Amino acid sequence: MNLMMLLEMATSGFGDRVAVQNGAAALTYAELFAAAGRQAAALARSSSERLAVLDVNSLAIPVGLFASAWAGVPFVPLNYRLTGAELDALLGRITPAHLVTDAARAAAIGARAGVATIAREDFLAGPEGEPAGEWSMDPDAIAILLFTSGTTGAPKAAVLRHKHLVSYILGSVEFGGAGEGDAALVSVPPYHIAGMAAILSSVYSGRRIVQLASFSADAWIATARAERVTHAFVVPTMLARIVDALEGAADAGLPHLRALAYGGGKMPQAVIERAMRLFPETAFTNAYGLTETSSTIAVLGPEDHRAAAASDDPAVRRRLVSVGRPLPSVEVEIRDEEGRPVGAGVAGEICVRGEQVAGEYLGRGSLLAAGGWFPTRDGGAMDAAGYLFIEGRIDDVIVRGGENLSPGEIEDALLEHEAVADCAVVGVPDEQWGEAVAAVIVTHAGRGASAEELREWVKARLRSSRAPQHVAFWPELPYSETGKLLRRKVKEELARRPA
Amino acid sequence: MATLKAGTRLKSAVCATEVIVTAAPADDLDVRCGGAPMIAPTEQPPAGAELDAGAAGGTVLGKRYVNEAGNLEVLCTKPGKGSLALGGAPLTLKEAKPLPSSD
Repeated sequence: MNLMMLLEMATSGFGDRVAVQNGAAALTYAELFAAAGRQAAALARSSSERLAVLDVNSLAIPVGLFASAWAGVPFVPLNYRLTGAELDALLGRITPAHLVTDAARAAAIGARAGVATIAREDFLAGPEGEPAGEWSMDPDAIAILLFTSGTTGAPKAAVLRHKHLVSYILGSVEFGGAGEGDAALVSVPPYHIAGMAAILSSVYSGRRIVQLASFSADAWIATARAERVTHAFVVPTMLARIVDALEGAADAGLPHLRALAYGGGKMPQAVIERAMRLFPETAFTNAYGLTETSSTIAVLGPEDHRAAAASDDPAVRRRLVSVGRPLPSVEVEIRDEEGRPVGAGVAGEICVRGEQVAGEYLGRGSLLAAGGWFPTRDGGAMDAAGYLFIEGRIDDVIVRGGENLSPGEIEDALLEHEAVADCAVVGVPDEQWGEAVAAVIVTHAGRGASAEELREWVKARLRSSRAPQHVAFWPELPYSETGKLLRRKVKEELARRPA
Repeated sequence: MATLKAGTRLKSAVCATEVIVTAAPADDLDVRCGGAPMIAPTEQPPAGAELDAGAAGGTVLGKRYVNEAGNLEVLCTKPGKGSLALGGAPLTLKEAKPLPSSD
């Protein structure tokens, strides 16, 4: 197995279609294939053992991904927002490597032992020459290394082998299933599994990728309209901004947008409800997955969204905030602290196994438990019909007076208040309780609520122990570009200026 | 006859067809294309092997083919003139039931 199989089939089936477009520049599948072949030959001639790309969404990303696959070296997309010191540390871990980046950054990095730096324009323009020979079909070869942001210590490099990614794509995408006019808007960063999965699934389905280098609601909306985008994947914070920008606008529609998928973080119920009202013809899909599982393991599909939104049965309506049901190709189990599976409705740790589950970090080996089960470190529960509900990272649990409190449960309660647009609940050190509950609130423009009002609101819905002892009001919350709420930053900021 | 598993690749001895196994039971399996047993991608076809006109329905790039029991599934990675079978029983084209696009 090799990722190149996917591109080879696409090239064979519809080689003259545009594969990826960035502004005015574009590559057909045949051109992408040829560029990958030439760059793979260059890689094979060099002593580099990895190809890293430090860039926003650019054509260098798909060319780099497939060139690496062809040459049999891991592809390492890096976060372009890394500081000099952070980048130095990561580069040190992947040498000898090719590094493709924008011209200014390439010049700033300069000559460095073990790193062959190439400006993006040069990477895309050349080299001339014959394509590399046949690619290896070793399924265990590493296809991609994705550095996950560590909350403590150095970032870990998640290992994704060809077998994981190819099985994921073959299991979830229909070859050539896209219509000729289809276009997928990719605005999620390339150093995230969603960015990688978007390229692979779009190539295999024959759907033109429209890259957006830098997200803003206005740029996204303008591009979606100009390119008649039919499919898109966003993280929840992006959807919230798009909905904010369009609600109440005279021309709010996106008539070509047939399908909008989202994931990467929790989707507030109010945001998805507003989005469904704003785009009634659009099919919504919530995709839950992790880097370690080659992205999606569960989906809440368009029919699930509609059924939940239209239902009077609270058990069905609730599914709108679930992540749906596991893909047919994986098994999901909720397990207690002793590793025993629990019954429907009982919370525990979400564990998953399947061909696409890698569960491995470079230098740390496999995290798979007996039987190939991967513990996700996400807490959650499954209802009787098999719908999966995420509670949050089990490491985020607040321990107050010996009681485990789930921040997600308290956040959900706060989000039901009409003044609350967004919130984060974290534990802060407390002499009496060990940890106390602190809530940081972002209110909707023009609306307000007092700390006391919000405490009572939580008490009325959950137990009094869940009511936040500390309430702060901030203009916004810190999120990563991959949609993750940065709880560590919230805690740090609260420590600096307590509520 | 061969034991196959997901990820095993096979090629036709008598046409251009190549497939990858996406599901297989743990038995010895006689997968054929164009009437002749399929071989490993690196094997040479036996001399004189010819496409059987009765098994020349062709394969389609990207399509999946299954046996009647539904436990053997192969995906066509290169199309060809022969048609696929398990022993003497033709494999049928699997209906695509696409998942909602999630990436």
